[in-house]
Amino acid sequence: MRTSFVFSEVITGLRRNVTMTIAMILTTAISLGLLGGGLLVVRMVDKMQANYAGKLEVSVLLTNDVSANDKDCTQQPCAGLRKDLESTSGVETVVFQNRDEGFERFKRIFEAQPELLKLARPEAIPATFRVKLEDPERTDVIKTAFEGKPGVKGVDDQGKFLERFFEGLNGMRDVALILALIQAFAALLLISNTIQVSAFTRRVEVGIMRLVGATRWYTQLPFLIEAVVAGIIGSVTAVGGLVLFKAFFLDRITRNLTESGIIPPIGYLDILIVSPWLFLVAIVISATTGYVTLRLYVRL
Amino acid sequence: MIRLEHVSKVYKTSTRPALDDVSVEMEKGEFVFLIGPSGSGKSTFLRLLLREEVPTRGRVYVSNFDVAKMSRRRVPRLRQSIGCVFQDFRLLPTKTVAENVAFALEVIGKPRNTIVKVVPEVLQLVGLDGKEDRFPTELSGGEQQRVAIARAFVNRPLVLIADEPTGNLDPDTSQDIMLLLERINRTGTTVIMATHDHGIVDSMRRRVVELSYGKVVRDDARGVYGVGR
Repeated sequence: MRTSFVFSEVITGLRRNVTMTIAMILTTAISLGLLGGGLLVVRMVDKMQANYAGKLEVSVLLTNDVSANDKDCTQQPCAGLRKDLESTSGVETVVFQNRDEGFERFKRIFEAQPELLKLARPEAIPATFRVKLEDPERTDVIKTAFEGKPGVKGVDDQGKFLERFFEGLNGMRDVALILALIQAFAALLLISNTIQVSAFTRRVEVGIMRLVGATRWYTQLPFLIEAVVAGIIGSVTAVGGLVLFKAFFLDRITRNLTESGIIPPIGYLDILIVSPWLFLVAIVISATTGYVTLRLYVRL
Repeated sequence: MIRLEHVSKVYKTSTRPALDDVSVEMEKGEFVFLIGPSGSGKSTFLRLLLREEVPTRGRVYVSNFDVAKMSRRRVPRLRQSIGCVFQDFRLLPTKTVAENVAFALEVIGKPRNTIVKVVPEVLQLVGLDGKEDRFPTELSGGEQQRVAIARAFVNRPLVLIADEPTGNLDPDTSQDIMLLLERINRTGTTVIMATHDHGIVDSMRRRVVELSYGKVVRDDARGVYGVGR
């Protein structure tokens, strides 16, 4: 196999069909970019789930009256509630946090947003039992048992909020993946079409190759490599696109959320980890499409 | 060398067979004219030898190849032992004379040092030395056909198939091409040439196989094109 010959054929092929080649590369790039975006969301959700696993708590918020007058939870109804919580089955720990401690914690969480802190007053923060469960899913037990009890203002379930948040992220992921799939289909058709056009413009060469006894691989390989090269350029473009998207858009809109630790930041490392998959997908899809097209539509 | 045994070929789109129970044998080193009007089956005959087509019935042998029965994977081997020349030359306009000839070797994976050695040799044989770097458009029709013959012969095939090689050329140039084909024939290469050219067939006095409606109607060892045509 004369590689220099095959590659010079590939380069002529790509140059001759330059508009089709560009269309093919762009469609592949967009498809892979969306796929990459989807994979990044998956990584983000995984990281968040790992971050929050074991930290999820149910907060039993106490009324203003209790919050103001019972700093150490020694009086009724606070002491009784604590006893009841501790004796509820499935409860791992119960921590009482009075109004001042709560305010300190609030200040810590939102230190990145001084304008929010300026508006906040300790009086707005209720004293709270922070209850950790053995099974973070079983929050409804606490809710049904304690909501409405004297001294209880409400039961706040972090898990429920997080679930909604994850649902949102997973929705984003699904949309990205569906769009990626549609784009991939368009890319597939374009690859197939480009190869057919390419084979047509080179029909004299291919005819001569057949006649002088070139093997099937020799005649097909330039077309296959053409498709794969376009696929690889597409995936490089896609990775570049993801880096630019992160640098100029994502970092800006998520800065507050990532700095306060609510969502984990997407780093360049994440893109680096996702990109081999994009390369692999590009190579496999373009090579398979190329091969099938040559088999079905092009007589070589 | 070449043997057809009761070969028939029926195309799906036609009711009449393109070839109808044809049996012919050609020896190594023979020069054979294949004549007959358009549609008589000459092209089908040649395409069967190259395994561009598979016969509907009968067997085709070229050298050691059982052409009709061989697997697709072996077809390139068969074609490497057959050279082809056409009426329309089929040169690559973007490649020079030398590159056109080298192309035939490159695509069958011949090593570079072989190519640089044999291409000038064959160009000299066909009388194109000095024109290696010309492009096909810069050559006359006769010279273009010489390039095509050089390309067909560069791999030293056992058989050279020429499908109306003089069809686009004036009589004098045609004569030159015939001399070249004769020279190639003298190296021991079997030459099968389909043609409509009376003058050439009559002056060469070689074997003539005439086809009509897919049947062999004449096979003369030293024939002419035909009386009264």
